[in-house]
Amino acid sequence: MKINNLADLNALKEEANKRLEVKWKTKIVVGMATCGMAAGATPVMNALKEEIAAGKLENIEVSQVGCIGLCEYEPIIEVFEEGKENNRVTYVKMDAEKAKEVIKTHIAGGKIAEAYTIGAGGEDNISSIENTQFYKHQQRISLRNCGVIDPENIEDYIAGDGYFALAKVLNGMSREDVIKLLKDSGLRGRGGGGFPTGLKWEFAFKQDSDKKYVCCNADEGDPGAFMDRSILEGDPHSVVEAMAIAGYAVGSDEGYIYIRAEYPVAVKRLGIAIDQAKKMGLLGKDIMGSGFNFDLEIRLGAGAFVCGEETALITSIEGNRGEPRPRPPFPAVKGLFGKPTILNNVETYANIGQIILNGADWFSGLGTEKSKGTKVFALGGKITNTGLVEIPMGMTLRKVVGEIGGGIPNGKKFKAAQTGGPSGGCIPASLFDTPIDYDNLTAIGSMMGSGGLIVMDEDTCMVDIAKYFLDFTVDESCGKCGPCRIGTKRMYELLEKITSGNGEEEDLDKLEELGAHIKSASLCGLGQTAPNPVLSTMKYFRDEYISHVKDKKCAAGVCKSLLSYIILEDKCIGCTACKKVCPTEAISGERKEAHAIDQSKCIKCDACVQKCKFGAIIKR
Amino acid sequence: MEKINVKINGRDYGAAKNSTILEACREASVEVPTLCYMKGVNEPGSCRICLVEVKGARSLVAACVAPANEGMEIFTNTKAVQKARKINLELILSDHKKDCLSCIRNQNCELQKMCKDFSVDDENYFKGDRNEYKTEGSTEYLVRDNNKCILCRRCVAACEKLQDISVIGANDRGFSTHIGCAFEMDLSDVACVGCGQCIVACPTGALSEKDDTRQIWEAIEDPSKHVVVCAAPSIRATLGECFGMEPGSFVEGKMVAALKRLGFDGVYDMNMTADLTIMEEANELIDRIKNNGRLPLITSCSPGWIQYCEYYYPEFTENLSTCKSPQQMFGAVYKSYYAKKKNLDPKDVFVVSVIPCTAKKFEIARDGQSANGVRDVDAAVTTRELGRMITKAGINFNNLPDEKFDSPIETGSGAGMIFGATGGVMEAALRTAAETIMGEPLEKLDFEEVRGIEGVKKAAYKLGDLEVKVAVASGTANAKKILEAVKSGELDVQFVEIMGCPGGCINGGGQPVQPMSVRNFTDLKTARSKALYDADAKLKVRKSHENPVIKELYDNYLGEPGGEKAHHLLHTHYTKRNKYKK
Repeated sequence: MKINNLADLNALKEEANKRLEVKWKTKIVVGMATCGMAAGATPVMNALKEEIAAGKLENIEVSQVGCIGLCEYEPIIEVFEEGKENNRVTYVKMDAEKAKEVIKTHIAGGKIAEAYTIGAGGEDNISSIENTQFYKHQQRISLRNCGVIDPENIEDYIAGDGYFALAKVLNGMSREDVIKLLKDSGLRGRGGGGFPTGLKWEFAFKQDSDKKYVCCNADEGDPGAFMDRSILEGDPHSVVEAMAIAGYAVGSDEGYIYIRAEYPVAVKRLGIAIDQAKKMGLLGKDIMGSGFNFDLEIRLGAGAFVCGEETALITSIEGNRGEPRPRPPFPAVKGLFGKPTILNNVETYANIGQIILNGADWFSGLGTEKSKGTKVFALGGKITNTGLVEIPMGMTLRKVVGEIGGGIPNGKKFKAAQTGGPSGGCIPASLFDTPIDYDNLTAIGSMMGSGGLIVMDEDTCMVDIAKYFLDFTVDESCGKCGPCRIGTKRMYELLEKITSGNGEEEDLDKLEELGAHIKSASLCGLGQTAPNPVLSTMKYFRDEYISHVKDKKCAAGVCKSLLSYIILEDKCIGCTACKKVCPTEAISGERKEAHAIDQSKCIKCDACVQKCKFGAIIKR
Repeated sequence: MEKINVKINGRDYGAAKNSTILEACREASVEVPTLCYMKGVNEPGSCRICLVEVKGARSLVAACVAPANEGMEIFTNTKAVQKARKINLELILSDHKKDCLSCIRNQNCELQKMCKDFSVDDENYFKGDRNEYKTEGSTEYLVRDNNKCILCRRCVAACEKLQDISVIGANDRGFSTHIGCAFEMDLSDVACVGCGQCIVACPTGALSEKDDTRQIWEAIEDPSKHVVVCAAPSIRATLGECFGMEPGSFVEGKMVAALKRLGFDGVYDMNMTADLTIMEEANELIDRIKNNGRLPLITSCSPGWIQYCEYYYPEFTENLSTCKSPQQMFGAVYKSYYAKKKNLDPKDVFVVSVIPCTAKKFEIARDGQSANGVRDVDAAVTTRELGRMITKAGINFNNLPDEKFDSPIETGSGAGMIFGATGGVMEAALRTAAETIMGEPLEKLDFEEVRGIEGVKKAAYKLGDLEVKVAVASGTANAKKILEAVKSGELDVQFVEIMGCPGGCINGGGQPVQPMSVRNFTDLKTARSKALYDADAKLKVRKSHENPVIKELYDNYLGEPGGEKAHHLLHTHYTKRNKYKK
């Protein structure tokens, strides 16, 4: 149906809610974002349907949803049953057989299939994700629909107040009102720099131009960050709606979503969402009878990291090699095809509908003084609960890692966390109690970035990790300006020299000199932040660098060239297992006598360590 | 002009509103170095050499692109700025083939000069992996050595923005970024027209003309060869720059003197064969107009333009004048009429042309350019190559006396002289066509409307009863504009002059390379073309048909313009070229 005005939208919402109420009496949802599907959600979904059909069970809705958040536990299904005591049960690590059992035991039998719940085997026997530490401390605004609604069904979205923010804006709010509301909310860009969104819109609004564009940056490129993908896979309409609102506010009738081609599921669902919105008249000409026109198109990127930089992204949409341009002029003044353009990322847009509906005060009541609202983080690395979490700004790293993340596995010690991906910095354990917000992270040499949070334990070598991140930026530098193109390469070579045991003290000075230069002299944000992982680790873990250079030692035991494998005589029982597994015949020793390793032959493959059952072989 | 106030290095200055920091600094006589910046053509802000400090800015600012704002405080010479410039240069050097002593641009290299200016004292300070590239030399005219490329992309911008051709661009990314053709194709396999504008844009030795001087030295040394040289109109307006003279210095006499000292058996003036071109072309124009031939007639003396037409506008090849260029006409008549007079076998005659153009190196090898069974011209060398020959031969150019071209091809008219600048061929042709049609001398020889360095010029002239509408374009980007206008019917003209390089031959791809510090702020095109127009004004013979050498040649050998002999020797044909060869 076509929605011609607010009354139509209300009617549709009511109707959808009625229909869904019946449908949702018993609802089973399957997390079918890319992550869920990769873990095997599709056969789980099929098994559920088959088993329901086989059991001739009625009035049960099985629906796909986006990312539920807990990567560790995929595939995940959740059973919602209205009116029951345990009205939400989360089953994890599903497969087809287990899914069939869930139907038999829970749906047909009326009993929770306890062996498969999220808290199975735990002390408190939690059956719903809502009661987990992982979930309890979260506040989901941009992820509110992820894992809840069917992303391919616009009615699901409308039933939850979808497109009501757009309706509100078009029915009685002036463009200035919208921009003021956004400014008052304190929303800052979730993509990296944290620029105030309302201010950005205001710049574009004030430009006098026959044409303006609204763009969405969905070129999520930070290794380890996947919140934008999850939002697009789980709640694409929230972005479509917000872009239309942006179009109204700044006076634009055309928008582009720039998304990397490596996100096929997100591209598909976004395409469906745009089509649905167009069919219902929520995009296109004269939206809801307001006279406002706005249309959206998708542009696929080839996955270059630099195309997340706004001017490079715009250049890429224009059909040219994705390279940044100098700013000013800023895109709000001269952007896509030379016209005023606003560009926000997915997560930023996903907040906007809620801000319009709930008001600026509601949003600015969340978070810290200068960083309002919530932020989504992708937890990864050496952490128990890997996944996607949305927390209010200002939560400490300790709480995020220790409570939500469930701490470090295997009893290891927390050493550092990297925020902001390859553009961010390493935060040491000593700063564990820093409240996370834009300014605090910048002050300690890191940055918010798009929200990747990679946790490192005591087995992580900080020189090696810096090298790892720099390797990424060296690879992803577009090659336009010298400091980034050549400078990052030279920094990488110095780190390679240091980790291979050939470092000299002056190399550390050179690293710092180059790092400072690249930060201040590069053309775009990619180069200006590329040295952060090196500079921050040099700041907080300088002793590790010095021990690599001076003592030729890697305390974490990561840098192979600096390691020696040694058999402890008192622990070796002479079982010969290590001798047999050694590929280079570096180990010698008679049966039942302590063995020894010939360092000149050892290639540090680690096979002996893994084979030894007595802990007799150490690396140092 | 509206002014703003800025503070540069602690002093107050006024600057034009909307100027960049670089322009504001220049107005205040504060030098800010640049590498990638090519005013109005390449402004990517990417070499980061022009970085300055601006009070309140988060990082250093690229002066070439950053706007100067009211009240801005700019610092161009702080420790941070100096250090940033030096590290930038050291980084560039770390991925640069530093064979400066044997480099073609030694002592004329912008990178080299900058390293000196900014006290780079250790070229290996950031030693590391270096990209290794093969030298590209697939064409007759160009050598690309990416090992010396600093990725300023001035060549790319020249090709794309100046010429609207875009056959080169950046390939790969990050540290592996390099300039090349799409899909790493050879330059000879893409639709490059050979204009050489990329070469004159290059700050280092990464781009150069293919050097043809060796075969000339060999020919001169060979007693069995009769080696003659012929200098194109524009060379005398630019050669002085190779020896430190100001742009626009007119050095015809010294040029002739130098050529004579190089050991050629004859030193001749291509202005004369430019006159010959006019005789044929004016005849062709009148013929096409009177006999309803294909119009507009488009000039054909610029081989870069010819290739552009063949690649990009093959539908216009029949509009091209069939006249050979003055270079080729010289070879054709020298190896026939003059060789016969001197009892020389054309096979023993070695014709060298000195031209402002890299595409001429391609032209000599074209089909239909061998009127006497051998190539009309054996070697075509650019102004730069001639400059190097003169230096190598130990000739003190600046101290040379003025000397005259050798007889018999010693006189060119003023019309031939102005061939070297945009509008010059048109004016030369009009002088002859007008008098041919009207049968009486023109009162005024200056056709002002077609003079000047603008890219596109239009005019209409009444020649007796005949109204001739003309257009002039220089640079292939401007050629495109005219051709599109003709195609759409928007432009109705009978005669069009097109030169492949912006400004014409005086700004050709074979001309002396001026660093961007000069080129950005000096109007080279105007200075150089003025030298030719001034020389024309001083000449007694200013019309091609009044050149006595021309008269003698037609009277004793060629007969009539467009006649059988002329047709055989002086005209050629064109071909449609496929842009995609593979």
